[in-house]
Amino acid sequence: MTQSRWLPYALLAPAMVFLGVLFFVPLVQTIVLSFQGDAGFGLGNYGKMVGDLNFGLSIRNTFLLVLTVIPLQVALALAMGLMLQKMTFGRDVVLWVWTIPLGVSDLAAGLVWLALLQNTGYVNSALFAMGLIPGPTAWLNSETPVTLFVAVVLAEVWRATAIVLVILVGGLQLIPKEFAEAAEIFGARPWTRFVKITLPLLKPSLQSALILRTVLAFEVFAVVYALGGRNFPVLVGEAYAWQRDNQNYGVAAAYAVLIMIISLAATVFWLRVLRVKPEVQG
Amino acid sequence: MAGIVIDRIAKSFGSVTALQEVSLEIADGEFVALLGPSGCGKTTLLRIMAGLESRSSGRVLIGGRDVSDLKPWERGLAMVFQNYAVFPHMTVYENVAFGLAMQKKPADVIDRQVKKAAALLHIEPYLERYPAKLSGGQRQRVAVARALAVEPAVLLMDEPLSNLDALLRLEMRAELKSVLREAGTTTVYVTHDQTEAMGLADRIAVMYGGKIVQIAPPTQVYARPATTFVGGFVGSPPMNFLPVDSQDGRVTLGGQSIPVPGSGARILGFRGEDVTLAAPADGLALTVRVVEPMGSHTLLTGRIGDAVVRIVAPSSTAVRAGDVVGLRLDPARVVFMDPASGLALDAAA
Ligand SMILES: Nc1ncnc2c1ncn2[C@@H]1O[C@H](COP(=O)(O)OP(=O)(O)OP(=O)(O)O)[C@@H](O)[C@H]1O
Ligand SMILES: [Mg+2]
Repeated sequence: MTQSRWLPYALLAPAMVFLGVLFFVPLVQTIVLSFQGDAGFGLGNYGKMVGDLNFGLSIRNTFLLVLTVIPLQVALALAMGLMLQKMTFGRDVVLWVWTIPLGVSDLAAGLVWLALLQNTGYVNSALFAMGLIPGPTAWLNSETPVTLFVAVVLAEVWRATAIVLVILVGGLQLIPKEFAEAAEIFGARPWTRFVKITLPLLKPSLQSALILRTVLAFEVFAVVYALGGRNFPVLVGEAYAWQRDNQNYGVAAAYAVLIMIISLAATVFWLRVLRVKPEVQG
Repeated sequence: MAGIVIDRIAKSFGSVTALQEVSLEIADGEFVALLGPSGCGKTTLLRIMAGLESRSSGRVLIGGRDVSDLKPWERGLAMVFQNYAVFPHMTVYENVAFGLAMQKKPADVIDRQVKKAAALLHIEPYLERYPAKLSGGQRQRVAVARALAVEPAVLLMDEPLSNLDALLRLEMRAELKSVLREAGTTTVYVTHDQTEAMGLADRIAVMYGGKIVQIAPPTQVYARPATTFVGGFVGSPPMNFLPVDSQDGRVTLGGQSIPVPGSGARILGFRGEDVTLAAPADGLALTVRVVEPMGSHTLLTGRIGDAVVRIVAPSSTAVRAGDVVGLRLDPARVVFMDPASGLALDAAA
């Protein structure tokens, strides 16, 4: 009796120690660091961060990316997931192929797209060979923010849609097919079935996928860095620049804290917006 | 106007043959029960009628119209699913209203129909609840109410009362029957409960191994089973079967001479209540092994040769386990089957 009470805690202890040492301690250190400056303890680092020329730009770019990439990924993953549901033959192979990008690191993905899209890249050569462009065209520098943005979106969608897909496919498989069938009998056309039956029942999986993807999307860096360097400032990129180039750990920590707060806010947002009422869970 | 014709419908799932060329005609407003053991293809046939399952061959006509290639919602029917399929994210009210909402009926019409269906199925107290907070039997009634609310011309029901307790089932059965009769709804009702099929249906289609082995009114299925399977499946207790040898078109049992179609080995079938008890010397001798008083009658179980025989005796009977009784059969009510095929032999044959 008494043993069963402490056993779960004992079993959890190693994980808690691990988390404490490798996650919680650095987290507290980062927060402390963000308030420490030359002038002692205070908001100096935050002042410096906000006053920087790239701050507003990096906020705007990061949010723009998140707001573009996430809806695209969810829509694509939903479409792909529903297509997979309809397939009876070769389903596993298609799913497997679609999830290959999951195995590619984000920096590697960025470099792949750089090889495709840079001045001397494959796309440029191909378009030139077809006579569609007069010569090597730059798409990824600070004079071409729109194409650079599109390139980053493309690379991000290519790289990270699969994780949404995997979560949603798992969720779709959990929905018994009789629900959609009953709706079909009672007169619901495909779009109505999707909106009234599939989407609501998929809410728990959608929530997981959205939290995971949004948090990761706010931390977007390697792909952006590979494609455009600092031509397209994003929050993590700025933190990295302050840390490496300016050797200012305090401002870098302030960025880190800001990103954490945004991620937490995004998580809370999805938890509330896609809340599944306990009485509805069946 | 909404009769159903099932024309040589066959269905295989890979190497499994679920239905082999099933044909069935159901008149407008008729109530047909599909009765059969688990796995005989009842649900598959119902799903093909609804358009939820593809068929391997054959046609389905509803109201004279070939609906074989129409979408489920174009067939003008409602259905109660074997596992209910009540939407978990909608309240009971929203569930029952679903079909009407899809037909874009005005709110007051929806409200009236929902209340009516809910009253019939006794689920009014739960209208604002979510299905997760209901028992299996309550959920099942929601599924039935959802189908009744649209007042369909054709109603397909897959074991809609299987999860109710005996008393509620009896009550719902009677209400369903009267409501559907009044509305003139053409109904196909799947069940493996033979009492339910007997009580509800105008005709019973007995299925076995992906085929309809007999389609007839309940009393005829009961008294004149088309095969030994039907006799053994329909009725409680099941029909008794004795192997007999026909000589010159007659068989002598316990001093009784009964006419038999043809000669040779036959199986004689008789119902447990179609005998009269007599002194052992005056009939077919049965050694009673078990006596079960059921209230309305007493069930006697024993053996004649190798065959287990169950007799329905009056509850006043004084027979005890171990007694030997004589059975006198009613020649007009016995049936004969071919031992090889199990098929009933016509008296004329
Ligand atoms: N989707 C499927 N894939 C493969 N085989 C199936 C499928 N659906 C049904 N079957 C098979 O078809 C046969 C008939 O099944 P069906 O569900 O129609 O039986 P049933 O008469 O409704 O049984 P029960 O009374 O248990 O509900 C069974 O042998 C079953 O295993
Ligand atoms: Mg079934």
